[in-house]
Amino acid sequence: MKKPPRRSTEDHPLVRVVLSIVAIGFIGLFLVLPLTMVFSQALSRGLGVTLAAIEEPDALAAVRLTLLAAAIAVPLNALFGISASWAITKFDFRGKGFLTTLIDLPFSVSPVVSGLIYVLIFGLQGWLGPTLREWDIKVIFALPGIVLATMFVTFPFIARELIPLMTDQGREEEEAAASLGASGLRTFLRITLPNIKWGLLYGVLLCNARAMGEFGAVSVVSGHIRGLTNTMPLHVEVLYNDYQFVGAFAVASLLALLAIVTLTLKSFLEWHFAEEIAAAHHH
Amino acid sequence: MTAAIASLAAHWRNPSALPGFALSFGFTLFYLSAIVLIPLTALVIRPWSLGFAGFWQILADHRVLAALRLSFGGAAIAAGINAVFGLIVAWVLVRYRFPGKRLLDALVDLPFALPTAVAGIALSTLYAPHGWLGEPLSELGLKVSYTPLGVVVALTFIGLPFVVRTLQPVLSDLTQDAEEAAATLGATRLQTVVRVVLPTLTPSLVTGATLAFARAVGEYGSVIFIAGNLPTVSEIAPLLIIIKLEQYDYAGASAIGVIMLTASFVLILALNLLQYWTGSRR
Repeated sequence: MKKPPRRSTEDHPLVRVVLSIVAIGFIGLFLVLPLTMVFSQALSRGLGVTLAAIEEPDALAAVRLTLLAAAIAVPLNALFGISASWAITKFDFRGKGFLTTLIDLPFSVSPVVSGLIYVLIFGLQGWLGPTLREWDIKVIFALPGIVLATMFVTFPFIARELIPLMTDQGREEEEAAASLGASGLRTFLRITLPNIKWGLLYGVLLCNARAMGEFGAVSVVSGHIRGLTNTMPLHVEVLYNDYQFVGAFAVASLLALLAIVTLTLKSFLEWHFAEEIAAAHHH
Repeated sequence: MTAAIASLAAHWRNPSALPGFALSFGFTLFYLSAIVLIPLTALVIRPWSLGFAGFWQILADHRVLAALRLSFGGAAIAAGINAVFGLIVAWVLVRYRFPGKRLLDALVDLPFALPTAVAGIALSTLYAPHGWLGEPLSELGLKVSYTPLGVVVALTFIGLPFVVRTLQPVLSDLTQDAEEAAATLGATRLQTVVRVVLPTLTPSLVTGATLAFARAVGEYGSVIFIAGNLPTVSEIAPLLIIIKLEQYDYAGASAIGVIMLTASFVLILALNLLQYWTGSRR
């Protein structure tokens, strides 16, 4: 009995098996195992201890601060993303490529440097430090600094999602609406927004995940004041360095759940609205 | 005067039937300047308060040099590991069919979605002397947590999706015509892969690995827990920035920051050149 010949562009079955095992093994070892670790450590003393660690006042304060910072940073970046992609995709002007490169800039800056730049402006020895002190305004080691650092690290997410999408969609529909006498706002709300809603949601999803999980940048500007300026990731660090491992992993498991929900929604959007999200997804 | 500005503006921008340019462009420029450009300028200016000699002295410091070497060296090794395994993962995800493939595909983005501090404590516990992986590895004489090797492990974790996600669309678009032609002409499968497939993938493989490298150089959260942070041994450059800040050495912190920023700019430029070069060759 001879098996049908293998197609010339197919790998040898043995190669397929070996490569599949290597790929699955690598993902298992480097990605799945750490994720499993988070939940197994969080639950290592039973669910009661885990829940108690999450309901502890400092942990709750950290959850509130994380939600608050994201609730300010994400909508502002969404507004920016819409505005930037409207300017860039609906009009022709010089320096467009350069502007797009500048928008992507925060992605290539180290998180620690992203925090440092605000300390250099608003810190005690920063440009505006003395003035702010006179007026008794706190930016660094307070909510404004945390929000600014979060805004910086999540700055490009929504814009870079919308720019390729709106470039693909062109301008004909909007131009038709405008020529029929629709106002700019009406054109945007009735034509553009329905066209970009899934892409916008996709960008907001990724932006929010990073905003709630940001560690390095926020760490520089927060001052680590327990119950006051610790976000969830910072609270995880404080507990871990205090050898309160169950507590650290309990709060970490909330963040891991957020990551899982984000990935699930992201995959869902990619499968169901592939055409309505941008063509290319590189991050 | 107004006419001159208007003609300049007309020259700079093509007329459009759509409204809202001034508003959207103005807000974009304002927001970009306030959040990104002005703060980055503050960073670039700061270390020069010490003069060129002072700037140089900070960077020539033994501890700073060791930290920079670890951040850049560790990132390079991790990018190399990711180039190899990322290529295999992308190949398997695009070319093979097997149950659970979608789940595996979604999992690749985990390092983007999982907060770095969470990854950091998980990896640290996993590779600690009595951890799930640390214990068997230490019996083999390999110490991972609290060594430079731990830094490489964390940076590999953080960089994987960059390589896979850059390769996947290129691999999907790669029609199998060329491979078929090579096979018809008598090439073995290995020859086809090495001579036909790999050269086509090289630009995206380099791009993906460079993105992974750029991300890893500046990475902080996932590294500091597993690294142990021993000065001159397992202390990364971003951590040294924080240490200098805590000592109110703003200029010293900025000097290291400027070096890292410069490295990122050079990498962006190199990637743009690579894209331009491969684009114009096609």
